[in-house]
Amino acid sequence: MMNQLQKNEAHKRKIALRNTVIVIGCALLLMLSFIISMNTGYTKLPPSDTLRTLFGGGTTRENLILFDFRLPRIVVSILVGAGLALSGCIIQGVAKNALADPGLLGINAGAGLMVILYVLFFGAHSFLSVFTLPFLALFGAGVTAGIIYALAFKKGEGVAPLRLILTGVAVQAGLSSLTTVLVVKLADTQFDFVTTWQAGSIWASNWKFVLALLPWLLLLTPYVLSKSRVLDVLNLGDDVAHSLGATVERERRRLLAASVALAASCVAVSGSISFVGLIAPHLARRLVGPRHRILLPTCALTGAVLVSAADTIARVVAQPAGIPTGIMVAIIGAPYFLYLLARSRY
Amino acid sequence: MNQTNKPPIQSRKKSHAWTAWFIIIAGTGLLTLIMAFSITVGAAEIPLSSVWDALFRFDAKNTQHLIVVDLRLPRVIASALVGAAFAVAGAIMQGTTRNPMADSGLMGLNAGAGFALSICFALFPDLVYMQIILFSFLGAAFGAALVGGIASLRRGGATPIRLVLAGAAVSALLAALSQGIALYFGVAQDMMFWTAGGVAGSNWEQIRIMAPWILGALLGAITLARSVSLLSLGEDVAKGLGLNTTVGNVLCFLIVLILAGASVSVVGAVGFVGLIIPHLARYFVGVDYRWVIPSSAVLGALLMVLADLGARTLNPPFETPIGALIGLVGVPFFLYLVHKQRMAL
Repeated sequence: MMNQLQKNEAHKRKIALRNTVIVIGCALLLMLSFIISMNTGYTKLPPSDTLRTLFGGGTTRENLILFDFRLPRIVVSILVGAGLALSGCIIQGVAKNALADPGLLGINAGAGLMVILYVLFFGAHSFLSVFTLPFLALFGAGVTAGIIYALAFKKGEGVAPLRLILTGVAVQAGLSSLTTVLVVKLADTQFDFVTTWQAGSIWASNWKFVLALLPWLLLLTPYVLSKSRVLDVLNLGDDVAHSLGATVERERRRLLAASVALAASCVAVSGSISFVGLIAPHLARRLVGPRHRILLPTCALTGAVLVSAADTIARVVAQPAGIPTGIMVAIIGAPYFLYLLARSRY
Repeated sequence: MNQTNKPPIQSRKKSHAWTAWFIIIAGTGLLTLIMAFSITVGAAEIPLSSVWDALFRFDAKNTQHLIVVDLRLPRVIASALVGAAFAVAGAIMQGTTRNPMADSGLMGLNAGAGFALSICFALFPDLVYMQIILFSFLGAAFGAALVGGIASLRRGGATPIRLVLAGAAVSALLAALSQGIALYFGVAQDMMFWTAGGVAGSNWEQIRIMAPWILGALLGAITLARSVSLLSLGEDVAKGLGLNTTVGNVLCFLIVLILAGASVSVVGAVGFVGLIIPHLARYFVGVDYRWVIPSSAVLGALLMVLADLGARTLNPPFETPIGALIGLVGVPFFLYLVHKQRMAL
């Protein structure tokens, strides 16, 4: 008996150690991708010059490239990756569905519709778009999420997972139908802009957007992490969660709100890179298991690595225009996930 | 307790069977009526008597007869077939994967077809119509093979959750690749018009190729319905009740491939039919797939024919994208059902 207990303890310690190693590994990978990303781009900037510029010894041109173009973009891609991944992880937990992603709350569809309406009325390259589009996207995403929540809500049961899923899927489909109707009316250049937006590209990258994004993440990440136990409990089903003392509906509402805020602020600056929200939680789950205390941080790290690496590659391939980051995320994320899936037992 | 509970369940079962028969019979009748009506309206109005003449006393010099036989009839038949196929494929997917968000797109079919399409448009711009359709089907089959292969790589075979995850990842990958190709070669808008076109370009040649497969697969689906019911209870329960789950899953997979693959390659991805109709059918007839599958077929055909009618008549002579129309009409109705009733899987 004693022996068994000790064995269990040892096993637990081993898993904890392994998970710590994985988290540290992810963090190192993120730093690596950060460094590589700083050195890559249309204009070559060797590592020694980058380092010199970083510590204040650069020429005006080097300063411009590094501080005004590359760094904000890298930081935005990391923030977006982490935010969308966390958001996806929460939604998969709350909806208890492996296929759920932030898109389920209508965030991509709502933001996309607003962007298309804007492009339809004001054109793709009007002078204001860089500043107005994120706000419109944020607005569209927020309103859609609100509508989905209101429609899925029912007195007595709250937002039961199945109803949330069905409502989310339906509203999403309705909005994308509307989008299709509108897209057919677009002119060539407008169409290309919208397609690129829908594929997800980190186009709004200057320090202002970093500043706009950062507070959300700084505020919401600790909050979400503090709710990791609640997410674990919600996974057991409404009834069990109730009897374990969770105020199910209130927790669910708060978690969903946090998830919407995270995803909407990210989608506003990055276009709809929805795939991160779907895949990063699964990747993390296959790396460290289903307990949210370790899953959430790992998930944020994997998402950040995925998007920043994808963005770096997207910048290098097909220069100088580059291809949308969202496409690259799927191209590098999906095969790795499929590899993990083929290897894992369940 | 048991005693009081039993009668309602029994009677509910019975009423489900009645509803199912009602949907199948009345639905088929309604379908015929709407198809007939749909043939008479369009950019040129054609009275029902001329339609009758066109069918039974065809005169090759009469323009109205030509419109009916060469344009409208194949189109209406194609919509009915495709609608039924998508709906049944969706029902089987939702049943076997036990996931309310599943439809045939999840098997990589839509993404595979789209991928093949983008390659066709980008690299071989002068393919003829039938060749493009053939390539789309091959692409759909390729996507499905990729999903099935990856899901069953591990010993123990393809469990539903592995299938779902592999499907989502493969779909995302193929969709990303085709988006990338489309943007890089500047053919995104051509593809958009192709996929939004729907059943507009249907002709007899397509139907001759497509119909035997779809009809055969629909029959196959009905014979498999019992297995789907069992699989929808979960792998373990199905095994315990004596079902060979591997064979069952593989057969279902093949049926979905034929149904959705043929449809996707002809009309493009009309996603919402496969998603919404099975939920609707279950709302009416309960969770027994012996009823769900035939009801889904009838309801799917009805929805598609109606949507096609709308696509042609809303803004003549232009076409409204049929997928969009289905979404706009179907969504509010679906939302109402979701809100009103607790839906079961």
